[in-house]
Amino acid sequence: MQKQYETVLIFTPVLNEGDTKKKIKEYTSFVKEKGYEIVEEDLWGMRQLAYPIKKKTSGIYFVFEYKGTGEVVDQLEVMCRRDTDIIRFLTVKMDKYHIKYNEDKRNGLVGRNKKVKDKPAEENSAEEEGANDGDAQTEAAN
Amino acid sequence: MAARNDIKYLKVPKIGSQKKKYCRFKKNGIKFIDYKDEQYLLTFINPQGKILPRRLSGNSLKYQRRVAQSIKRARHIALLPYLTDMLK
Repeated sequence: MQKQYETVLIFTPVLNEGDTKKKIKEYTSFVKEKGYEIVEEDLWGMRQLAYPIKKKTSGIYFVFEYKGTGEVVDQLEVMCRRDTDIIRFLTVKMDKYHIKYNEDKRNGLVGRNKKVKDKPAEENSAEEEGANDGDAQTEAAN
Repeated sequence: MAARNDIKYLKVPKIGSQKKKYCRFKKNGIKFIDYKDEQYLLTFINPQGKILPRRLSGNSLKYQRRVAQSIKRARHIALLPYLTDMLK
């Protein structure tokens, strides 16, 4: 049974570039060794956090997707907990809509400036546009 | 009803007509709400960072729950705050 997962890792901002690459390789190779296929890796880089975590106000974000049977998730999380360089992590099991969304995102079919697809009804084409009528209601929530 | 002729308005106020509320996800066929996309999730929270209730956002129950789950995930990975003063 092939299950697909997505993990977001936040590293401390004190790591320099070489160290982050080393850490990333450590985690991705750990997952690969267990026989999983890495679908995508995405390093967002340094970002400002919305609230301080462990007294730090920024962090290096790294997102990767992998698919396989699913036993590695427990071990990966234990590794993340032990590692002092990781301040937050989140693992999500992807359902079919999530998988399709990520694929579309990779092919540029999501967002305002999206490529035109041949097939007519594209599911997520209106994702980023945001309903104009809905905003008037959200302003009333003040 | 004689009072009606005396009151003059520049524009007759429409009492009792409300904008029809709909669920934007059902209308546009959106099935998945990305928790990594905090710019889009900002439309569903108020300036204090709280999740808007369904009667204001107009979402159906199914999608309101998904939106709430995405916002809570985004809060966990520090893309959205739990509580602030001036978010927007």
